Amino acid sequence: MSEDKLKTDEKPLKPTESSGWSALKALAEGFATTAKHLARKPITESYPEVKRQLPERSRARIVLTHDPDGRERCVACYLCSAVCPVSCISMQSAEQPNGRRYARWFRINFGRCIYCGLCEEACPTSAIQLTPDFENIQRDILTLVFEKKDLLVEGCGKDPSYNYYEHAGVTTDQRGKGEHASETPPVNVKSNLP
Amino acid sequence: MDTLLGLIVLLIKIAVMLGGLLLAASYLVWLERKLLARLQIRLGPNRAGIFGLLQPIADAIKLLTKEDIVPSAADGFIFRLAPAVVAVTALLMFAVVPLGPDIRVFGRAVPMVITDLNVGLLFVFALSSLGVYGVALGGWASNSKFALLGGIRGAAQMISYELALGLSLVPVVMLAGSFSLTTIVDAQAGIPFIVLQPVSFAIFVISAMAESKRIPFDLPEAENELGAGFHTEYSGMRFGLFFLGEYVHIQVLGALTAVFFLGGWHGPLLPPVVWLMLKIFIVAVIMIWIRGTLPRLRYDQLMALGWKVLIPASLINIVVTGAFIQFGTI
Repeated sequence: MSEDKLKTDEKPLKPTESSGWSALKALAEGFATTAKHLARKPITESYPEVKRQLPERSRARIVLTHDPDGRERCVACYLCSAVCPVSCISMQSAEQPNGRRYARWFRINFGRCIYCGLCEEACPTSAIQLTPDFENIQRDILTLVFEKKDLLVEGCGKDPSYNYYEHAGVTTDQRGKGEHASETPPVNVKSNLP
Repeated sequence: MDTLLGLIVLLIKIAVMLGGLLLAASYLVWLERKLLARLQIRLGPNRAGIFGLLQPIADAIKLLTKEDIVPSAADGFIFRLAPAVVAVTALLMFAVVPLGPDIRVFGRAVPMVITDLNVGLLFVFALSSLGVYGVALGGWASNSKFALLGGIRGAAQMISYELALGLSLVPVVMLAGSFSLTTIVDAQAGIPFIVLQPVSFAIFVISAMAESKRIPFDLPEAENELGAGFHTEYSGMRFGLFFLGEYVHIQVLGALTAVFFLGGWHGPLLPPVVWLMLKIFIVAVIMIWIRGTLPRLRYDQLMALGWKVLIPASLINIVVTGAFIQFGTI
């Protein structure tokens, strides 16, 4: 009974497939295949000697990038810190006299980081980015706590053109009111009454 | 005086045998890892020493220095005992394996076997059945569902294959007329039994592989269903003893295959011990090749093969062999 039940969802084999001879042939083919591979050169790349170029989007060490004009991108909005599933990002926000927000201090604990990339997705300014550099091993776990000066890198990283303050409707030394990209000049609410 | 001398010779033989076996077991691990890697187009261990030859030493140091954990819910005494059962039974089987003809030292005949039991074959069977107790008890004493399932599988597998293993050797005993391994080897001075008993040979090798719990019969371990099976909860050198037992078991399997079917130490040109070691080596390499090729059997397939194919085949083989001995010319 139970055997009949088992048989129902198996395809019936053709007589040529179910004979003992074909089974032996299949076995012999299997052993021949592995024996052939014994003579092949191993495809392994020995890691410290051969370092393969990792894909650009592979996720490892986190960096903070700069604007195309060379200023810090991070506006300390706390979104990365909020989205981080292991709470490894912390910072304190502050504002410069020119209106730009920045992080007074910014800290990532790589001892906790799981390299999920959610911080990069959450970041509105393309400041925080993951790099392919995975060789980030330390003997002492406390040296895995990276401060802002350790995180900041030169350049824009993966997003070469984006400049947050070109788009945000905030008055800074960079752009005034109505001068941002795809922004219309402000209207005078006192004079545009019908 | 004679007793004392005999004791000293015995101790020397045991020491040489144990040393050789353990060294061979550790390098068998190396060979298996290396060969298996090459079968899968990988490199295998290659960092410790040239060609990774110091890898077994590194492994031994690692296993010996690791923390020995006994789970708090485990049955401590049996948990600690089980790995020793596996390793000891595997090692003891070599006591009856003849390494060569008697040699003469200072005018005395010294047999090249630790003890030539007249029931050597039964002794081997008894020990190989006892070895499964280590697996079953270790799995049970761990108090973990994976380990328990592995232990139960080990016991069920032993029951299914022990019978076929025993029956497959009955024709060998019939042909040699003795249970003593030395006599069985002597009976193959002319033709090895693999020529006379190919069916027995096939059944023996398959059942013995099932006994030693290797792929394609590694259901008690089955790492992708049971974690690590019966040794899931073991760590450090206790795990190492299970590991050691497995690799000594491969040598036992090679030695028994050589003794029962390949003519033991008989062979032209080379010294007898070298012939035996060569035969063990060849069997070990073939087992590694099998591991690199075949997938694990499903549990019902394993049982069906044991009960429905191997046991009837070995029974028929016994009848046919008996008929040949009675009426034929063998």
